[in-house]
Formats: sequence, C-alpha cells, structure tokens
Amino acid sequence: MHRGITTAHSVVEPGPRMRVAAGSLVVLYALITIVPLAWIILTSFKTPSDAISYPPKVLFTPSTEGYCNLFTTRSRQTPEYIAALPPATGRCDQVARNAGMVVAGPSNYVPRFVNSLIIAFGSTVLSVGLGVMAAYAFSRFKVPLKDDLLFFILSTRMMPPIAVAIPIYLMYRELGLSDTRLGMIVLYSAVNVSLAVWLLKGFIDEIPREYEEAAMVDGYTRLQAFRKVVLPQATTGIVATAIFCLIFAWNEYAFAVLLTSGTAQTAPPFIPIIIGEGGQDWPAVAAGTTLFLLPILVFTVLLRKHLLRGITFGAVRK
Amino acid sequence: MLSPRPETLGAVVAKPVPRPATLATRAAAATPAALAGKVRGLSDRAIAWLFIGPTMLLLLAINIFPLIWTIRLSFTNFRANRPNATVLGVGIDNYVSVLTDGDIWLAMQATAHFLFWTIFLQTLIGFTLAYLIDRRFRGHGFWTTVILIPMMLSPAVVGNFWAFLYQPQIGLFNYVVAWLSGVPASSFEMIGSVRLAPWAIVIVDTWMWTPYVMLICLAGLRSIPDYIYEAAEVDRASAWRQFWSITLPMVLPFVMLAVLFRGIENFRMFDMVNLLTSGGPGSATELASITLKREAFEKWRTGYSSAFAIVLFVAVFGMANIYVKALNHVKNR
Repeated sequence: MHRGITTAHSVVEPGPRMRVAAGSLVVLYALITIVPLAWIILTSFKTPSDAISYPPKVLFTPSTEGYCNLFTTRSRQTPEYIAALPPATGRCDQVARNAGMVVAGPSNYVPRFVNSLIIAFGSTVLSVGLGVMAAYAFSRFKVPLKDDLLFFILSTRMMPPIAVAIPIYLMYRELGLSDTRLGMIVLYSAVNVSLAVWLLKGFIDEIPREYEEAAMVDGYTRLQAFRKVVLPQATTGIVATAIFCLIFAWNEYAFAVLLTSGTAQTAPPFIPIIIGEGGQDWPAVAAGTTLFLLPILVFTVLLRKHLLRGITFGAVRK
Repeated sequence: MLSPRPETLGAVVAKPVPRPATLATRAAAATPAALAGKVRGLSDRAIAWLFIGPTMLLLLAINIFPLIWTIRLSFTNFRANRPNATVLGVGIDNYVSVLTDGDIWLAMQATAHFLFWTIFLQTLIGFTLAYLIDRRFRGHGFWTTVILIPMMLSPAVVGNFWAFLYQPQIGLFNYVVAWLSGVPASSFEMIGSVRLAPWAIVIVDTWMWTPYVMLICLAGLRSIPDYIYEAAEVDRASAWRQFWSITLPMVLPFVMLAVLFRGIENFRMFDMVNLLTSGGPGSATELASITLKREAFEKWRTGYSSAFAIVLFVAVFGMANIYVKALNHVKNR
C-alpha cells in the first residue's frame, strides 16, 4: 500500500501538527479578546480607589461598593452626623458610611433596567408576531412584486438611525409618544420587523409545503393549517428570531438617547451617565455594565447555532 | 377524523401517496368557488394581504412616512427648537450647503478612514481566524463561541467601557502597550490625541466585529466540498496552489457579503463612537452620523440636517446597490 494514503480519513484532513498550531493561535486570540470584558467584570468588584490605581490591580480585596453605588444614591455627611445615626441597617448602608456618606435613596438603575426589559420584550412580541405572518405569506403565496417588497423591507434597516430620528422625534412630539415605552416598543418593532420577516421566511421555506397541503386535504382551513401545522414546525426558527430581536432592542442606543430622557429611558443611555463624586464612578459603571451584559452572554451561548443566519438576514444558512 | 398532530401528518405524506400537492388542488377545484369560500375560510389572496398588511403599515408609518417628512423638511429652514417660527421654503439651498460645507467633507474623510481600516483589519483577521478554526482542532466549538462574544454586546456600552480601558493614567490598554513596548503609559492618550483617536475607534470596532467576518468566512470555508481538494490532491497541486485557486475564489462571495454588511453598518456608525470619543478631540473622529446628530439635535438646524440625512441615505443605498451587483457577478462566475 502507498504510504501517503494509508490513513483512514480523507487526504484533506489537516495533520496533527497543523491542528495544534492552529488551535493555539485561535485560543490565544480568544483569550486576548476576552480580556477587556473580564477586566470590566473585575472592575465591578473593586473599590473606587482600586479601580483607578496604577499599575492596574489584578489582585485586590473584592468589594461590593460598585454594586452598592449602582443601586443607591448617596450624600456626603460630616463624621459627627454619621456617628450620631442609628446603626447601619444593610450592607450598602455600611459601605456608604465607611466612605463618609449616607444612603439617600435608590438610584435609577432598576427602573431603567425594567424599561429595557419591557421595551425589549414588547417590541420582540410585536415584531415576531407581525414577522411570522408576513414571512408565511411571502413563503407560500404568490404576492405581486414579492422581491421588490422583500427588498423594501430589508432596505428600511439600511437607513442611518439618526436620519430617521429627526422626523420621528417631531412625529412623537406631536403624538405625545416621546419618552413613552409604547413609542419605543413601536419604533423598535419597526426596526426589527425587517429582520424577523427575512429570518422567518428562511425558516418557513424549509418546512415542506406538503404538511399543510395534507392538513388542508384533511379539512383544515388555510388559517388552521398555519396555526396547527406551520407554527409548531417553525418553533425553533421563531425562538431564534425572537432572541435576535430581543438582543437588538436590548442593545439599541441611538434612538433611546435621542427620544427618551426619563420615564422610558433604557439602560444603554443610562449606564454611561452614572457618576460619583468628581467624575465617573467606574466600579458602579462596571457593575451596571456587567449586569446589563450577562443576559447577552447567556443568549449568545443559546443562539450559537443560528448566529450566522441571524447576522446575515438569513442570506447564509450553512 | 382529523389528526391535528403535525408528525402524524408528516407520516401521512411520507407514505407513497401520489403527489399530495395535486391532490389538494384537485380537492379545491372540485368545490364550487362560492362554496369554497364558506367552507375553507378566507381565500389565499385575502390571507396573503391580511398577513403582509400590518407589517407594511408599520413600516410605512415608522420608516417611509418619516422619510418623506425628512425630504420635505430638507427644502425648508425649519428648526425643531422653534416650532412656532414661520417656515420658509429654501429650495435646494440646504443641499448646496451640505455638499460645499468643509466640515461635512471632513466628516466624510473621517468616515472613509474608519470604513477602510475597520473593513481591512476585520477581513484580514477574520479570514485568518476562520481558516485556523476550520482546521478543526479539539475544542474549536467552544473557542469559537468565546470569540463571538464581543459582537453580541451593546455597542454603546462597549464604547463606554473602552473609554475606561483607554484612560491614559489608569487604563489597562495604556498599561499593556507600555509593558510591551517600554513607552511610559502616561506619554500617550488614545482618545485625547488628534493623531491617535481615529485609531482608537478602529481598534474597538475591530475588536468588536472581527468575529462577524470570521463567522461568515467560516461558513464559506465549510461550504467547499472535500472532493475538490481531493481532486487537487490527486493532481498534485501544492497546498499554496490549492489555497489560491480553490479556497480563496470559493470563499470570496462570502467575504464580499461580510464586507457589504460591515460597510453599511459602519457607514452609519453612531453609538460606539459617540460614547467613546463623541467625535473628538476637535472633530478627529466625527463620523457622518455624529455630525448629523450635532447638526440636528445640538445646533437644531433641522432643515439642513434633513438634507444631510437624505444625502447619506442616498449614498449608502447607492453603494449597497453597486456592491450587490458586484456580489452577484462574483457568485455567478
């Protein structure tokens, strides 16, 4: 037997040394790329003075000061005033008193985080709901000018957000929708529905038509077939699409910063303006960032099989 | 009796029933039209419009109507902070001043620098990574997921925390550069210097979006069937030759798709840069969208900025169209 092709696997399989070399380079890149993120998570557990020390501290005594400062507002008081107070009631109370301050009340982080949740989920339900219907129609029916309509839907996402923000700002001011959750839900739905239609059309295209046709022969109406045959078959696609819409709405900043200021403000415009005494309170900012990014880390792991589709509007499917 | 469970229906289809599609059509054809409407519910055409209609309405209300409004405003001197002032039509004056404004051209240059270098670096690093991951070493799935994390994060939050990493005195970035190169950490400011700031935003964008290009390139590499390489192997083509005449041409459409998406996204880049440098120092990193925001929401020159918005939109739309044509050309080759 010829020596070169005795191995059981194909000739194009990379050799073991090539594999190790490639593997080490990729692992090296992965480790470097994760450093900034790891640094933010570390910083969230530092005291303000540890966070700004030079050289940067890798080893330090963990502190909850960042998280305490994130959730509370504080005011500086004289040592005599603090000494005269009854004993501290909670951990954050104690942390504040050690820094010569008294907790004045809760911060705005929780309401902003809740706004982010409500707006992200609300707009996801709306855009996936509309998207699955439109995607089904585009997938199964002869729609006049189908390709043009689909391209139109996609092109709405190419507009620079700031360009659309000018008239939306004026329109929302007229309608009383500025700085309302409803306004943001409608706006994010409009941005996401293009992604939802394109992704879901891809998923529905993959469900054989024969399933519905068989159901309709059995006496189902088209609508019943859609509800009882197509929707259950498309569950994976619907969930993946929903997570993509959630992530977009969760991460969005441009519209949020221009159209919301108080009651409907989401977390992304809020986190950068968390300030302490004399400038940004970096541990608190890092704590806010960490809590805000955690759901995304979970979703990335859940979505990894569908990521490619999601980021290319279903153009690349593997 | 009906069985509502789709798997059973699937099983029915799987049985050698002769062409169920025609069966359905025949059943429909056998029923008189008026009766079919009553028995089978809404017609397909009605359902199609019922299903597409709401999406179209939403897009018309939130995208097209505002776009038309922007076009109208772009021919006026309207200022959103003075809603009661009389609005005058100014013809194409706004467009003339946009296209002859030196600041706008500076912003376009900054955008071009940002676009060119981010796309160049992301394609280079992204393709290399994809090529290495495609060697299928042990644990490549896990490490790929780790590499993908940055692109899922909120660009605004990323811009904000990189501002912390770039701090000249305390930032990790300066410390690492100082440690590697021996230059004192406080001798340079990534976001405070006119010379370095344009690179600061390129670095962050590359950190964030290289995985995007990598993922698309990886799909391209995996789409090349093994037998092509096997045939080349039989013909004794060198590894180098295989790379240039098989791998690269076959991955090219995927690379171009990635470049298209990155190009559109970065042309309208706003959030990350706004929080990292907010266009500064001076206007060193003032990309088109940031200029637009300053004109529209800080100087309140609504008419003027509407004209600029339309110019940007036409530019991105035109470039995307040309690019899609080129892409199809490569694909069909």
